[in-house]
Amino acid sequence: MIARQQRLSGWGGVPVESCRVARIASRGPVVEMITTATPADRLIGRGLGRAYGDSALPADGVVADCTGLDRFIAFDSASGLVTCEAGVSFADIIAVFLPRGWFVPTTPGTKFVTVGGAIAADVHGKNHHRVGSFGNFVEWIDLLIADGSIVRCSRHAEPELFFATLGGMGLTGLVLAAAFRLVKVETASLRVRYRKTPDLAATLAAFDAGDAGCQHSVAWIDSLAGGAALGRSVVMQGNPATLAEVPSRGDPLRLAVPWSKAIPFTPPLSLLSPLAVKAFNAAFYGLHADNEKIVNIESFFYPLDAVRHWNRLYGPRGFVQYQAFFPRAESAAGLPRLLEAVVQSGAASFLAVLKSCGAADGGLLSYLEPGHTLALDIPYHPRSVPDLCRRLDRILLDHGGRLYLAKDSLMSAATFRAMYPRMDEFLAVKRRVDPEGRFVSAQARRVGLAS
Amino acid sequence: MSFHATAGGESRTVILCGATSAVAVALGRRLAVRRWRLHLLGRDVGRLEALAADLRVRGAAAVSCSPFDAADIAGIPAAFATAAAMLTPLDGVIVCHGLQPDEDGRLPSPDELRQSIDVNFTSVAILLSLAAERLAGRRGAFLAAVSSVAGERGRQSNFCYGSAKAGLSAWLSGLRNRLQRGGIRVLTIKPGIIDSPMTAGLAVGPKALIAAPDAVAADIERALLRGRDVLYTPWFWRPIMAVIRAIPEPVFKRLRL
Repeated sequence: MIARQQRLSGWGGVPVESCRVARIASRGPVVEMITTATPADRLIGRGLGRAYGDSALPADGVVADCTGLDRFIAFDSASGLVTCEAGVSFADIIAVFLPRGWFVPTTPGTKFVTVGGAIAADVHGKNHHRVGSFGNFVEWIDLLIADGSIVRCSRHAEPELFFATLGGMGLTGLVLAAAFRLVKVETASLRVRYRKTPDLAATLAAFDAGDAGCQHSVAWIDSLAGGAALGRSVVMQGNPATLAEVPSRGDPLRLAVPWSKAIPFTPPLSLLSPLAVKAFNAAFYGLHADNEKIVNIESFFYPLDAVRHWNRLYGPRGFVQYQAFFPRAESAAGLPRLLEAVVQSGAASFLAVLKSCGAADGGLLSYLEPGHTLALDIPYHPRSVPDLCRRLDRILLDHGGRLYLAKDSLMSAATFRAMYPRMDEFLAVKRRVDPEGRFVSAQARRVGLAS
Repeated sequence: MSFHATAGGESRTVILCGATSAVAVALGRRLAVRRWRLHLLGRDVGRLEALAADLRVRGAAAVSCSPFDAADIAGIPAAFATAAAMLTPLDGVIVCHGLQPDEDGRLPSPDELRQSIDVNFTSVAILLSLAAERLAGRRGAFLAAVSSVAGERGRQSNFCYGSAKAGLSAWLSGLRNRLQRGGIRVLTIKPGIIDSPMTAGLAVGPKALIAAPDAVAADIERALLRGRDVLYTPWFWRPIMAVIRAIPEPVFKRLRL
């Protein structure tokens, strides 16, 4: 197994580290790597690198790049159960199955994530209030554990390992393959209702009023609006469009992928200055009218996929994404405090997304419960941003909230422990399958999940 | 990657040799989306079967596989007969296997030289001869093989590989000439540097010149459907190689290419 030296970071571009990277394309070599390596050789799996921080950066070990594990294994067209290797991306799945009338059961805001990554982060989408996280659709996982054996875990076989691996950030072992259910769709479109809300209370009320009647629900928040307009939003709520609702010309199952644009290099400074973001936000809020439209899946779920490497817009310093969850009873009090702290700091957030969440997911480190989750992009600055995030962490802790590991790059071990009450249950499983702490990321070491 | 499951055109029946190479995998996936019927040949049957399952899920109308070792020259007729018996009637054969020895700064050993010529030239020529016999009378059938821009001119850095590919390109040109009247097309594929396991670990060249396997596969797919003769992929290798061929030998022999 050849390990190449490569500079890697998460999607936020901070931190950047020079890593040894081993490209995994089949089971044999990686099993051999695990069984012949010494206990000091640590490993962390990596997919398409869409976790924002240091989740897929090594703690002085090797990064196992799993994108070469890209084969489908089987598909059952009666139940929608698809079996594939861990490096298959949501983009692959959609390309193969959407034309046949199947779609992923839930999806993050980019289709450039792997199945292995989706399991490790137990990703959620705009339909969490209805169906929960991706893990709810996973039947089984083939996991390579530290002793070199491959364990097929599910709700029935090795359930503890299964629920530690869902949301377990790759720390129980390397996901090699999985089986999960797709859902039937009639068209590649959604019928989406757009509504502008003047403040946070109205935004939360719009979720309460509309969520029961819609599969997908999300609000874009103008994170720079303060005072009486704090939390003003465009709320988007949609349902899968039926055949009768879409125009009859053209293929109704066609994914409308826009002409691919790319940011070719990292500009010397951030192009998303506070002024530029303020202008964009004002225009976005101002131009949206209350209406209902038929929207293609691509532009509803993946608007940012249209610009490859959009993360480079933040310049060489990069950015962090702060994704905060508040339990339902605390949202109305906690969210304004968090938004005010961000507005006061002057840190412009280009992307600010609020959504409501449903029942708690099964993973021991799964992120969401009934409540609301707010995601903010914050341009990174080494002097101000760590302090700002610590202030935000305190607000979150006051209200019983938590941070999403797939986005985090700064949280302390004490904060993590306070936010994740099932941490000790997780660590008990990890110590059983990985007693020497072979599967470790930089993040795991920072937040106290290393062993 | 194409986002259409049922792209236009009829389903065809094809043998894909060297099927687990990076370019062949990408090409096989594109042909699977077109619902073609495929027979895979390669050394590692385990990997062939995994790929066959992948191609079935992706939409191929039928996929089978059997073993093939390009270094075992005597075994090629039997391996081809097995493959051809699985898929009838046969519409085409695409050969993607190759062997790039690490010849940086030294002359190849006799064994390396023989192996390079066996795998890169002799095995392909034998396979395509057998295929040409089998396809005789089938107008519209095709043969295709991956040669290389390295065969355009012998360079000090890889002429063990390059000379075998030069032989292959000449052989394909002659075969095309011979089969023209029978209505059988022959495609010579000349890729530049591809980002693949075959080139991993070799000091290959500037990043801008390295192509993704799927980009090369997309070019091959288009060339097959359009019935082209010679494909340079990516396209910029055609002018680059025109320049390299035009350099006078007294100058060329002094260059470190």
